[in-house]
Amino acid sequence: MTARESTSTVARPLRMEVSGLQSLVAALWTAGYRVLGPTVGEGAIVYGEVRTIADLPAGYTDEQDAGHYRLRQRDDGALFGYNVGPHSLKRFLLPPRERLFTTIRTGKQLAVEPEPVPTEKLAFLGAKACELAALLTQDRVFSSDQHPDVQYLARRRGMFLVGVSCTKAGGSCFCTSMGTGPKVESGADLALTEVVTASEHYFLVEIKTAAGADLASQLPLRPATIDEQRQAELRIADAATQMGRHLSTVGLKELLARSTDSPHWDEVASRCLSCANCTLACPTCFCNTVEDVTDLAGDHSERWRRWDSCFHDDFSYLHGGSVRASVKSRYRQWLTHKLSTWIDQFGTSGCVGCGRCITFCPVGIDLTAECAALQARTT
Amino acid sequence: MKGRVRPKLAVWKFASCDGCQLSLLDCEDELLQLAELVQFANFVEASSKVQRGPYAVSLVEGSITTAHDRERIQAVRADSAVVITIGACATSGGIQALRNGADVAEFTRHVYAHPEYISTLRDSTPISAHIKVDYELFGCPINKQQLVEVISAFLHGRKPRIYSHSVCVDCKLRGTPCLTVTRGIPCLGPVTHAGCEALCPSYGRGCFGCYGPKESSNPASLMQHLSTHLGQPDVALSRLLRSFTAEAPPFASARKPYEPAT
Ligand code: SF4
Ligand code: SF4
Ligand code: SF4
Ligand code: SF4
Repeated sequence: MTARESTSTVARPLRMEVSGLQSLVAALWTAGYRVLGPTVGEGAIVYGEVRTIADLPAGYTDEQDAGHYRLRQRDDGALFGYNVGPHSLKRFLLPPRERLFTTIRTGKQLAVEPEPVPTEKLAFLGAKACELAALLTQDRVFSSDQHPDVQYLARRRGMFLVGVSCTKAGGSCFCTSMGTGPKVESGADLALTEVVTASEHYFLVEIKTAAGADLASQLPLRPATIDEQRQAELRIADAATQMGRHLSTVGLKELLARSTDSPHWDEVASRCLSCANCTLACPTCFCNTVEDVTDLAGDHSERWRRWDSCFHDDFSYLHGGSVRASVKSRYRQWLTHKLSTWIDQFGTSGCVGCGRCITFCPVGIDLTAECAALQARTT
Repeated sequence: MKGRVRPKLAVWKFASCDGCQLSLLDCEDELLQLAELVQFANFVEASSKVQRGPYAVSLVEGSITTAHDRERIQAVRADSAVVITIGACATSGGIQALRNGADVAEFTRHVYAHPEYISTLRDSTPISAHIKVDYELFGCPINKQQLVEVISAFLHGRKPRIYSHSVCVDCKLRGTPCLTVTRGIPCLGPVTHAGCEALCPSYGRGCFGCYGPKESSNPASLMQHLSTHLGQPDVALSRLLRSFTAEAPPFASARKPYEPAT
């Protein structure tokens, strides 16, 4: 991942016109990338192919709260004026279903055909700061020395990332609590900030990697003025004040570790549907299961992996039964893993404060509120 | 499998619409291969020839609604090594279980020209209320791929790849943005057993719950949320849980607070 390492020279931010963004998209396609970015689809802003900037959600935004997401219009024509939607980069790096190998039986012979390593080069336009933080969190899971994930790493290695700092925060956002946003500091090759004023619409561009510098050299950019930089900073600072949610992380790891018997878990379990939406929407949850498929004759079998969740009964099935048979124990596992044991395992929190689990819980269960309730019980 | 005696498979019909059995006929691509691996000892949708038991596997469609059927299912059990019930009727009593708790005699008077010919039990009950069932396959109708999967798993002595989780999981795998969250559409997906690959939500329609309750289903919480946050009126909520799997116990009890007072 050499191209991803930060460039040592901190270049001065540049100014890019909207037409320059079109050049950026075109340059990525020309360089052999499949460019994915925000598009309007099925009532939400989701990742889709971006051929031209006309595919971007110009003038769209979202309204989010616990169990609530609505696509809305905004009147300034901003291209990135929304917060994270139902999809995350996880969909592309760790696809929901993926074949791992195929076994063919001919007579008494078994032939195992491994799955080809993915070669497609993906570029993401418009990854927000929490999204990039989530990617780094998943990297730690899938690139461990003992168990590197070949498929994940092949996709990851070839990626190009154009981050966009948030200039508005949503009702479920709390990246400031987790120290992951709203500004794109790292994790991207290029970091953009969109500025829309009464008379102007432009981007502030920061080069973060050598690959980013390479691409930027092909674009019509000029050094940004102090005022242009200030305009961008103001908008990011504004977003930081708009966080719809807050999580107090002080002592949280320890609190969760000693709260296994809290009566609060029963209370959450009375509301929780164990539907798994939170874990599947979460950009860092990595759990998957493997399963075998055979044809009727048993001559052809395939091993697949698919997304799984600790909210499933089968997930903790050991000899004789499920270790987490109750919904209470499953919710506790989710919250405790995300915010406590993840730190023991990977050295960071498993939560980046994107708010997806809050927005996409069909009954609006909010992990920040559940943590606050646990904190209130013990103080 | 070649050279061995092919296991006998029988399909039995109780109170039902035949839709689930037809899923078996629908397995066009797999049917010929299946016929090489098993003997269709009783499958009247395909052939009126019935071979005698015992049967290795019996697929049972339909619910128990008559005294005669109540006896017949005992004979099926006695003659079958493995009993697999298929579909909403066989696993929960089906849409016909809406009569449970109502005045059946009055229904009969309204529906039939000669109600005196009708001999029926008061309730429509799932097969598992009468005999030991080895495996249940849900849905109205069942998913034919799941049926092939269960038969295939049986033939190879492995666990069937059937999930007990929510329909939501399939929405997430497909990438369908949640209808309830993004459009305020009431959906039973979070409390319903997977199997349809989130078919209805993928067409913008909330889940009807035709696969019945998922494992650890919590419809009471969902109803409460749909009522207080989505402003769904009581009548809509009680109807939501009054369809193909209305009498599955978690659904039947969760709709009680929203039923019109009688
Ligand atoms: S736990 Fe929730 S807020 Fe945190 S990263 Fe996952 S989805 Fe986002
Ligand atoms: S919270 Fe649950 S689904 Fe997410 S990574 Fe942890 S165990 Fe896996
Ligand atoms: S917290 Fe919400 S999204 Fe997560 S399993 Fe429970 S009900 Fe489903
Ligand atoms: S649309 Fe229905 S099934 Fe799909 S995620 Fe939402 S609640 Fe679940």
